[in-house]
This record gives sequence, structure tokens and C-alpha cells, in this order.
Amino acid sequence: MRGGLLSSARWGIHFNWVGIGASVVILFWAVVALFAPLLTPHPVGQIVDFDYFGPMSADYWLGTDYLGRDMLSRIMVGARYTVGIALAGVFLACFTGVMLGMTAAVVGGVFDTVLSRFLDAFNSIPSLLFGLVVVAAVGSSIPVLVITLGLIYAPGSYRFARALAVNTNTMDFVTVARARGEGILYLVREEIFPNIIGPVLADFGLRFVWIVLLLSGLSFLGIGVQPPNADWGALVRENLGGLPFAAPAVIFPSVAIASLTISVNMLIDNLPQRVRDRGE
Amino acid sequence: MSEPLVQVRDLDISATTDAGRRIEIINGVSFHIAEGEIVALIGESGSGKTTIALALMGYTRPGCEISGGSVLLKGRDMAKLGKSQAAKMRGNVVAYIPQSAAAAFNPSKTIMDQVVEVSQIHRLMSDEEARKKAVELFHALALPEPDTIGDRYPHQVSGGQIQRLSAAMALIGNPDLAIFDEPTTALDVTTQVEVLRAFKSVMHRRGMSGVYVSHDLAVVAQIADRIVVLKDGAVQEIGTADKILRAPDHPYTRELVAAFNPAHYQGQPSESDTKTAPVLDVRNVVAGYGAMGADGRPAFVALDDVSLRLEPGQNLGIIGESGCGKSTLARTIAGLLPWSSGAVEFQGAPLEPDLRKRSREELRRLQIVFQLADTALNPRKSVGAILGRPLAFYHRMHGGAREQRVDELLDMVRLPRPLKYRLPGELSGGQKQRVNLARALAAEPDLILCDEITSALDTVVAAAVLDLLKELQRELSLSYLFISHNLATVQAICDDVVVMYRGEKMEQIEAAKMAENATHPYSKLLVSSVPQLDTGWLDALEQDAELVRAFSER
Repeated sequence: MRGGLLSSARWGIHFNWVGIGASVVILFWAVVALFAPLLTPHPVGQIVDFDYFGPMSADYWLGTDYLGRDMLSRIMVGARYTVGIALAGVFLACFTGVMLGMTAAVVGGVFDTVLSRFLDAFNSIPSLLFGLVVVAAVGSSIPVLVITLGLIYAPGSYRFARALAVNTNTMDFVTVARARGEGILYLVREEIFPNIIGPVLADFGLRFVWIVLLLSGLSFLGIGVQPPNADWGALVRENLGGLPFAAPAVIFPSVAIASLTISVNMLIDNLPQRVRDRGE
Repeated sequence: MSEPLVQVRDLDISATTDAGRRIEIINGVSFHIAEGEIVALIGESGSGKTTIALALMGYTRPGCEISGGSVLLKGRDMAKLGKSQAAKMRGNVVAYIPQSAAAAFNPSKTIMDQVVEVSQIHRLMSDEEARKKAVELFHALALPEPDTIGDRYPHQVSGGQIQRLSAAMALIGNPDLAIFDEPTTALDVTTQVEVLRAFKSVMHRRGMSGVYVSHDLAVVAQIADRIVVLKDGAVQEIGTADKILRAPDHPYTRELVAAFNPAHYQGQPSESDTKTAPVLDVRNVVAGYGAMGADGRPAFVALDDVSLRLEPGQNLGIIGESGCGKSTLARTIAGLLPWSSGAVEFQGAPLEPDLRKRSREELRRLQIVFQLADTALNPRKSVGAILGRPLAFYHRMHGGAREQRVDELLDMVRLPRPLKYRLPGELSGGQKQRVNLARALAAEPDLILCDEITSALDTVVAAAVLDLLKELQRELSLSYLFISHNLATVQAICDDVVVMYRGEKMEQIEAAKMAENATHPYSKLLVSSVPQLDTGWLDALEQDAELVRAFSER
């Protein structure tokens, strides 16, 4: 429970080693995604090696892919798609989910019932199947992917936020605000939201992980990010043929997906905690 | 002189905070308990009374440890016993009766199975004997249907009964020492009398020693031989019950005794010559929960045909036991729970049942203050923001003017101004309740509905809040509708008192003369059940058994 690098009264927080490690990995991927064009050792689309599925070497740190392109560069640029699309999707999902959830809890009655049942019905559609249908219908592009991913994960976020908001809504301070004559917007924004922000952030992280996995899944099936661009899921798919040769090209995108999702999960479970005792 | 049963010497208990800092929560406490003696530990919340009581069983709460001194129980030092050895002592040498008995019972097992569990764990007697003994205890504790009550499940008995059953659970192993941790605090006064009586007679008959933890001096006076007064983890005074009550030495004890019986309210010089409309006129109000029935009444009626009047400059008390509808009355008047029939007039003008249909001006003049300041203040907002909101909302005050008014409000409720930068979690209970009150005052209301606002506070703090209310009334010409289950509190601030029972108004009596003027049998029972600061009160108390049965039904 105790211990860790930043566990001092000076910082006013506890942050254990698992959390620190996880945030370093996340920070690493964030930096890679942001500065990918500056960092890539080789142009991302250029065939640089005559051999395909090349091994790890001094020139090509993570080997080459099925066309002989540099894998390290492709993973770095892939991070942009994976992290970027997933972030946009999770923002969309959590924003709509949390806003609707809090409103439903505060308004209650028929509005709450109708909205809840509608989103429950929506939630019962398998997510991958829904993604397949939408992309098959309107074609794959990055905005379509973001909106689809956002819609798929909004009902879950709604459920979560509504459950939290219903609890907060029964607290006396909300009743006092209501007795004062405050409107719904004020109740949601000032009284409910600040009190559920902690769990909502944790849910945000978790949902980000699911979206990364779903996006990778869609790309793996070939309906996500389209060639010549590739996110990590697409990288796994296009290099699947290298599996019999134990090519690093198929392993490292998988490692990238795993390291990001596991780190986000770890960070959520080990968020820095404020020290309640500030001493004398 | 024989060796006392319990000898606590220089007990120190310390805790480690999450920043790794050690704090002393119990500081050099020493006292003893003789065979057959009942000693009370009394003090405010946070004074360490429960911590000491738990230490008598060799138990400390997580994060705490006994850092010095000794707790000798029958010559064994509980402070140094290992877990398994301490477990052997618990149940048959020392037993514990918790504050919330309802939470101490497993809801999915019958009461009898749980009561005899201790004897099974320690293999004290056969199951047959244990059950017989349990029934004997049920008889001794004056439980209804003692022969069959054990077959029921915990939710099938009342609060007063479950408390006595948890005592039976503790006493079945024939412990030498029983620890009662605020066992009657959560009970209504009429129930409390019965439970106290049952405890007292059982303890006497068996000649057991006991520790009685409480914050209520009057309750302690009925059951304890000696009283240990605690504050901030240290003993302030130890003496016989009589001596503590009649001739307290320590200033803190004196304060505690004085705060127990606040002076009766003197009343405002009423301007009866001016014929003004009553502040509040409630006429035949019916309100409740659930779907509306065919007869226009809700499925569960919480208020049945309640009428009352509050004249300007006066205070009206509402008193009754839990579930009598007194809080519902406040919520109904505030418009949080619209009434289904009847009418409410506020300063001569009719009010809409639903607050959403009331004007902002009507809302401003009628404010409500809730019991638990912990939940009534948004934990994420600073005191300044909490007090600033009604100013912006009702008075359109912004910037410097608002800041200045917040300062004035803090002055008004006697809080230091820098407090406005703090969050509610960083305030004490009394401070929170003052902020809670200041928020209502910010609206500059004419009437404040006070829902049990002193009930969660320690006696001394509650007395200070009551004084503050009276002072504010003089300065701001307010009226209060004061809801409480505590008769002394209501008498300290109200001109008139309305007695409620099961959603109905029993009668309205002048507060100062409740004992004399009460005519309704329930009011009489209620008034007579309030413990007095007198060691002989419980023994001398005679209540009509018929009456008790008719109204308590527990």
C-alpha cells in the first residue's frame, strides 16, 4: 500500500512503482505518436530492404516487413493512428455517455427510462459485428472509424456514469441545490460532475484500452485503417505471413499493442493518490 | 482489597497516517474495573472511547497499534496477546456489543443460530444447553415471545429487539466483562428506556462487569457506577456517577454537564398588536410516496392531515421518533416532495406544491438546512464557492461584492474568514454545520427549516450551534421550523412544539411546559422517556405498561 518513488509529503501524493512504470510506457508511446515523422529512421512507405521479413539488424532495428519496409518506422507511424483514433473515439464515447448519464440521473422519470432502455438495446449488439456492418455500409475512413468506435462504447460509459450520478444525486447537497431552484445544467456541471470525475477517469482509461483492441481487431480484419497507412492491428495482419519465419515484423506490433493496453490498465489501477494527512 | 478484574495502566495507542507520520490517539490512559462494576467511558466523537474499549479485547483497528502500557484482564495482558490467544479470550472472558446490532447480524441466518455460535466456537456447552441458555437470556432481556424469537431472521425484529438480541449473543458465553459500545445511541427514546432496563437487570443479576461507551451523559448516569471522562485520548476525570454529575471537578466535565440541559427558550417579545399573517400556515396536508391511489392518496402516506401555524418571530419545534414523518414534513414544505392534498400558505400567499413552479423569490425566503453537514456540502467545492452560489443565484452578486458578503457570512456564524479557501472535508463537524447554516443565511430567508441540525453534533458543539441560532434570530428577524428527536434541544429554541406520531400530528404544546401540559398519552410517554441527569431516574421511572405497548410496538 505504501512506498514508491514519489511517496513524500512534499509532493502530497503516493505513486507506486507499478504506476510509475506504466506511465513511463504511456508517455513513451505518446511521444512516439507525436513526433513520429521526426523520429523515423527510414521513410515509412519506402522499400528499403531487398529481403522481406528481414531479421533485426543494425540498420533495421525491428527487421523489415513483407515488402521490405522498415518495421520500426512503420510501428512509430502506426502509433499515430492507433493512439489518435482510439483517443478521439474514447473522447466521443465518454463525452456523450457521461453527459447523457448524468442528465438521465438528474432528470429521472420517463426520460431516464426511455434513454436507458434504448441504450441497453444498442449495447446488446456485438461490438465487432456492429463495426463490420457500419464499415461495410459506408466504407472505411478515419472519421467513420472514430464515430463508430465512439458509438459502440458510449452506452457502457452511459451506464457507468448514470450509476455513479444516481448515487451522488441522492446526496443532500444536490437536494439543497435543487431546493434553491437550480437548473439541470448547473446540477450536472457543478454538483454531480466534480464528484464522479475520479471513477469516470478510470473508466475513460479502461474504455481507451477496449477501443485500441477493437480498432486493432477491425484493422486485423482489414476494415480498419486502409493501406498504405497502417495502425498496429493492420501491421499484424499484413505481416501475418511472416509467422512461419518467426519474423519480428509480426511480433513487434503485437508487443506494441500489448504494452500500451497493459500499461493503461496498470496506471488506472495504480493512480497517484493524494495523501490525506498533510501533517503539521 | 482484591485484585480488580481489569487494570489499564498508561495505555498508549498510536496510529500511522498515510504519510508515514505517527500520531498518538490514546495518551497514558489508566483506570480499573472491579468485579461486578460498570464503568462508563464518555467523551465526544474522536475522544478515543471506542478505541480504548476495543483495546480491552486486545484489538486495535487497522493502522493502529498499542504502543505502550498494559491492559490486564484477569491478570493477562491483552495488549501483548497474540491473535489466536486473544481470540480464545473473546466471547467467553470479554464480549462486545456493537452500536449497530443490525449490521452485526448475518441477515441470512436465524437469530438463534447466531446467538449460540459463540458457545460452539469455544465448545462451552452442548448445542441443546446453549439453546436453552439463549432462551433464558431472551427472557431476562424482556424480549417478546422469548421461546420462539430465536427462529426469526434479523430483519423480522425491531431495532430495540435486535440490540437486546446482540446482548444475548455477547452474554451467552458468560463473559466476565461485557463492552457496550453506544448500544442505545441509534434508538428512539421510548425504546431506549426498555433496552437500558433490560441491560441493567441482566448485568446486576449476573454480577458481571461492564464497560459502557457513550456520549450521552444521561444514559450513562442510569447504568454506570463510575464514569471516566475522556477528551483527545486522555482521561480528564474519573469519579462515581453521582460525583461527576453533581460536583464535577474538571472544567471540561463541567462544560459537558452544562451543555446537557440547555436553558429553556425565553421567547421573543412578540409584537402581537400588529395583525400580520402567519409565516407558515399548513392546512390538512397529506403527502407520501409511491403511486397515487384511486382515493387521491399516495400508496404510502407519510403525512396524514397535518396542520400547523407558525407566527412571525416565533419558532416551532417538531418532535417525534424516527419514521414519524417529521423530516418528510420539512421536505414537503420545501417543495421537494409535493403534497397530494391540503394547502400551505407562506407569509399569507399560497405556495405551489412543487418547488419547480415556485418563483425564485419564494424559494429565497424559505430555506432548508439538513441534518448531516457531511453530505449537505459538496465535498469538491471550497467553502467560499458554497456560500457564494446562493449570493450569485438569488442576489446576482459577483466579484468583490460577493467576496465581501461571504466574509460577512463567515463572521455571522463565527467562523474565521480564511476558512473560505478550505474544502468541507477539512472542517470539523461543528464548523461544517455552521457553513451549512451560513449557506441558508446567504439567501436572507424569512424562514429556515432546520432538519435535525444538531443531532449529529457532540453535546458541547450542539449547544454552541443552538446559541448561534438564537443570536441570529435576534439580529435577522428569522423564524425557525426546528425538527428534532431530542426534546431538550427543541425546548432550548422553540416557543411551541408539535408532537408527531406515524405521520399524524398528536398535539401542539407550549415548549417550556411540555411535561405539565401534555395531554395526549403519546406526548406523555415521549416526555417521560427522556433520560434525566440523575442516577436514580431509570429506577424511579414508572411508565404505564399498556401505554408503552400501545405506542412502541417493538
